[in-house]
Amino acid sequence: MRFMMIVKATKDSEAGVMPSMELVQAMGKYNEEMVKAGVLLAGEGLQASSQGARVHFARGGKTSVVDGPFAETKELIAGFWLIEVKSKEEAVAWALRCPAPHGPDQDTHIEIRKVFESADFGPEVEAQEKALRDEIGKTSFKS
Amino acid sequence: MVAVTETHRGIESVWRIESARLIAGLARITRDIGLAEDLAQDALIAALEQWPHEGVPRNPGAWLMTTAKRRALDRLRRDKVADRSHAEIGRDLQAQQMAPPDVDRALDDDIGDDLLRLIFTACHPVLSSEARVALSLRLLGGLTTEEIARAYLVPEATIAQRIVRAKRTLAEKKIPFEVPRAEELAERLASVLGVIYLIFNEGYSATAGDDWLRPELCEDALRLGRILAELMPKEAEVHGLVALMEIQASRTAARVGPSGEPILLMDQNRARWDQMLIRRGLAALERAGRLGGARGPYALQAAIAACHARARTPGETDWAQIAGLYGVLSEVTPSPVVELNRAMAVGMAFGPAAGLSVADALAASGSLEGYHRLPSVRAELLFQLGRLAEARDEFERAASLTRNAREREMLLDRARQIS
Repeated sequence: MRFMMIVKATKDSEAGVMPSMELVQAMGKYNEEMVKAGVLLAGEGLQASSQGARVHFARGGKTSVVDGPFAETKELIAGFWLIEVKSKEEAVAWALRCPAPHGPDQDTHIEIRKVFESADFGPEVEAQEKALRDEIGKTSFKS
Repeated sequence: MVAVTETHRGIESVWRIESARLIAGLARITRDIGLAEDLAQDALIAALEQWPHEGVPRNPGAWLMTTAKRRALDRLRRDKVADRSHAEIGRDLQAQQMAPPDVDRALDDDIGDDLLRLIFTACHPVLSSEARVALSLRLLGGLTTEEIARAYLVPEATIAQRIVRAKRTLAEKKIPFEVPRAEELAERLASVLGVIYLIFNEGYSATAGDDWLRPELCEDALRLGRILAELMPKEAEVHGLVALMEIQASRTAARVGPSGEPILLMDQNRARWDQMLIRRGLAALERAGRLGGARGPYALQAAIAACHARARTPGETDWAQIAGLYGVLSEVTPSPVVELNRAMAVGMAFGPAAGLSVADALAASGSLEGYHRLPSVRAELLFQLGRLAEARDEFERAASLTRNAREREMLLDRARQIS
């Protein structure tokens, strides 16, 4: 099963303060550990929200675009990893091994969220797809 | 120290992360996989007792290793037999105890080497295929005996016995705990890759309604493959196998219909293919290619899978390239099944007459007698050529040869549509 580990933003990460050399190296080693353990699927750092934008969807269908930065630092994310492990506890175990994401002097957290798998979706979606498939011609190839 | 109250499940997760390396390091010291596993289990028990009170150590691997070594020394002292090898092991352990705590890259490499030794030993050709699978899943995958049993739909006692016997065989035959020498490496590596792919295929063949541990075997195999790719980054076929597994796994969500019926590749909803796994597979394939391994059997199969993966719709499939790849695969690992797949691909790329001539040569050789896919492929090609009576006959013949009820129905359906 897959989990996303989300690193939350801090005032410094929002201010574009670069991580220390030590932290960069420690993070590099941590990423390498996860690759060597065969659990890391993907991972990226995200630039400060000042480089980003938001698309608002108002009730009734109206959309609007707002450029960053955004004020609620605590709600913003700074990066993520996608890992494949056997349980939530294992995802937690990996998160615990992470060096403090913004260095030892910052208060922050890594949020762990389980990724939906196709089996989690109901049979209605499947039925729609079967109808689509029945329209497509068949060829006898092994899947 | 991380002062967190750990549940047993939390500690078992740490165990799953650490156990292979722990057992590997202990196996190098004790030269006995069975003893290494026992000592590792002792360390786990100690962790289950102490970590709930003291918190999980910042470096759980080091804690477990130190604890296991301490237990090993205790055991050896208790052992009244004045065995020279035991004395040596004891000295070895004491020397290890004095080594500085491991943060070093050098030590990390040692542990990597040990893990490699464990992988090669668990997959040793002296063991039966089933034994290699069970031992690998247990020692490398961290699965419990019960989990392995459920995944393979056999009683737990069967797996337990299989593992006990495997360890005994390794001890009796005095199989050395080492990475094979250069001359043997290719063959031994093929054995390891074979075990991993066997596990993957067991998971891949799981049907809806099976215990969820069965399809999870694909993840277990992928994880082992990825680990091996990092331990042996210069071995092209390892990357080839990983590429093949990543791409095949990418289709998981698309392969099964709402009633659990299998959906053929050409009929799958490609929007449900996992693009991240495809990307990873293509990257692994590229690594294999850069290492000069494009003609390895796994790399070739991965390249064929990649052709399908790159096609956004069935119509965009590069059949000519697939036909060519099957041609190379035919040279590298000649097999009538490969040739049959080539016949199909040639048919798609160059027209049914071309495909049929390949299939007819195969039929003439008699090598696929009794295999339902040969008549089924011929039937398809004959149908496309307008030779309807012959096509119908072949569909019926294929139906009579297959043992799969669903498949039989499908083939009989095709035959009926023609009449």
